[in-house]
Amino acid sequence: MEHVAVLAARAEREATGRSSVDKRMTAEAAVQLIRDGDHVAIGGTLYSRTPMALVFALLRQRRRHLTVSRPLACYEIELFLSTGALDRIVSSWVGIGLPWGLAPIFRHYVERGEVAYDEWSHLAMGLRYKAGAMGVPFLPTLTMLGSDLAARLDLQTVTCPYTGERLAAVPALNPDVALIHAHRADMLGNVQVDGYQHMDVDMARAARTVIVSAEQIVSPDEIAARPDRTMLPHFAVDAVVAAPYGAYPHECYGRYGPDLRHFDGYAAAAKEHGPAAGLRYVEENVDAHADFAGFLASAGAVRLAALGADAGELIPR
Amino acid sequence: MTDVTSEELMAITASRLLADHKVVFAGVGMPLLASAVARHRHAPHLTIVLEGGIIGTTLLPGKLPISTNEMRAAYGAQMLTDITDIFLYAQRGYFDYGFLGAAQVDMYGNINTSVIGTMERPRVRLPGSGGANDIISLCNEVLIVTQHEPRRFVERVDFITSPGYLSGGDSRARAGLVTGRLGAVVTDLALLDFEPASRRMRLRALQPGVSVGQVRAQTGFELLLGDEITELTPPSPEEVAIYRELRDGPAAGQAAGVAEPDRVAAGPA
Repeated sequence: MEHVAVLAARAEREATGRSSVDKRMTAEAAVQLIRDGDHVAIGGTLYSRTPMALVFALLRQRRRHLTVSRPLACYEIELFLSTGALDRIVSSWVGIGLPWGLAPIFRHYVERGEVAYDEWSHLAMGLRYKAGAMGVPFLPTLTMLGSDLAARLDLQTVTCPYTGERLAAVPALNPDVALIHAHRADMLGNVQVDGYQHMDVDMARAARTVIVSAEQIVSPDEIAARPDRTMLPHFAVDAVVAAPYGAYPHECYGRYGPDLRHFDGYAAAAKEHGPAAGLRYVEENVDAHADFAGFLASAGAVRLAALGADAGELIPR
Repeated sequence: MTDVTSEELMAITASRLLADHKVVFAGVGMPLLASAVARHRHAPHLTIVLEGGIIGTTLLPGKLPISTNEMRAAYGAQMLTDITDIFLYAQRGYFDYGFLGAAQVDMYGNINTSVIGTMERPRVRLPGSGGANDIISLCNEVLIVTQHEPRRFVERVDFITSPGYLSGGDSRARAGLVTGRLGAVVTDLALLDFEPASRRMRLRALQPGVSVGQVRAQTGFELLLGDEITELTPPSPEEVAIYRELRDGPAAGQAAGVAEPDRVAAGPA
């Protein structure tokens, strides 16, 4: 594992620009900020607020030798695997979701040793991003101690200089790029979300480059009307992409529920055909369309509206 | 009740272990159902916490979440925070119970949800820890609920994803795991705990109609026996109705034949 020196991470951040400029661009343009070999952190968790419009744009590029990290990863991991994009997964859990059983394409690659899976605990993932966001090289914690997870990762311990107690030292993670999907952003990159924050704030602040897609691009005045909802300030964001239904077929809190039927179709194909099904999914749902709007059109307005109604039933009024 | 499924039996048995005015950190599936049953029956002030960052969820009957991070999991919640933060509440000592399932569990309560076989040559690569490692490390008392079968109850887990009492005795504390303890293991055959000195799994009570021999036959290691092995009370019609209504919606509670005021629709206090 490559460890992060405080001053190196900080010097890099000091040197980057913080201009208040219009950062709007297309998803296709935004993912040009990602290079072969990069570590890409994907926001949201499992099938909630996944930046799917950005993920699809990245899949289309067929980047190579990527590392992807996520708190809990869903089938987007299998799409990266099936297209040969991944060398390494960093996560605490990789699957599709409980009803669909084990993820067959993930199993195919990891069991053959064709991709590395660094398995951390969920809190350790969070603390790794948090240490990166805080600009410190590690955080002490009482989790992961004594487990084979810790042994396999060669996790080190520290002794408290005040009490002499021993704690796990979870190393900082500073991804090259973070992909985040939000409810609202202005053109400068001030970002607001409703509901769950997942690990998005720490993930973004830890990253070297931050790409945000948003359900809605709003005016700076609308952001300022509810400043308490802003989770990332403009100077922590590099690109802003307008992406209504940008987490579909995953859910976006308060906006639309997950399209579980879509998952059913994917999971059945993956079970039967393995990586070939993952590649075919990308060809049919990503490559076949000019952009994410094309994919949404193939799902149909009726289906999207129904998912919106599902969400409406669940949020507080 | 003759038509109770093993899932219902486990969830209802586990629900009885949760006291009122406590905080439980539950995973989706059986732990969440058990916690919800407790809240709707004997523990109306039980606060359910989920790792998506949710505190005090009440759940919509028939629309239980399948992920702790989806909107359904937050229905009626008192607070939403981020994921890392929810685990930091656990590390601070706020969570009375942590509630886990297990693909494999051994005689010291170590849990494996990472790999069947070895990491070098996995026969099956499982999804991984998720929050399980943190829950068993940081919650005040941990409850494990799982089907009782030899392939799950093994002498030694293939991989310690989530540390129980490690190799027994004081090995957990020596590893630096100074917080938390393992309470009960609930299965479709029995209720078990851990003997205080050796920290080995011990049989305490049997599900109705189950024998000690049956439990032994389904356990892949030598079980310690409690001084007195009692029989658990079977699930009541009320408990089954609450469980089914939570899982399947109001119509299911009605079908179980329990009058309206005793069902979930009446709601917690």
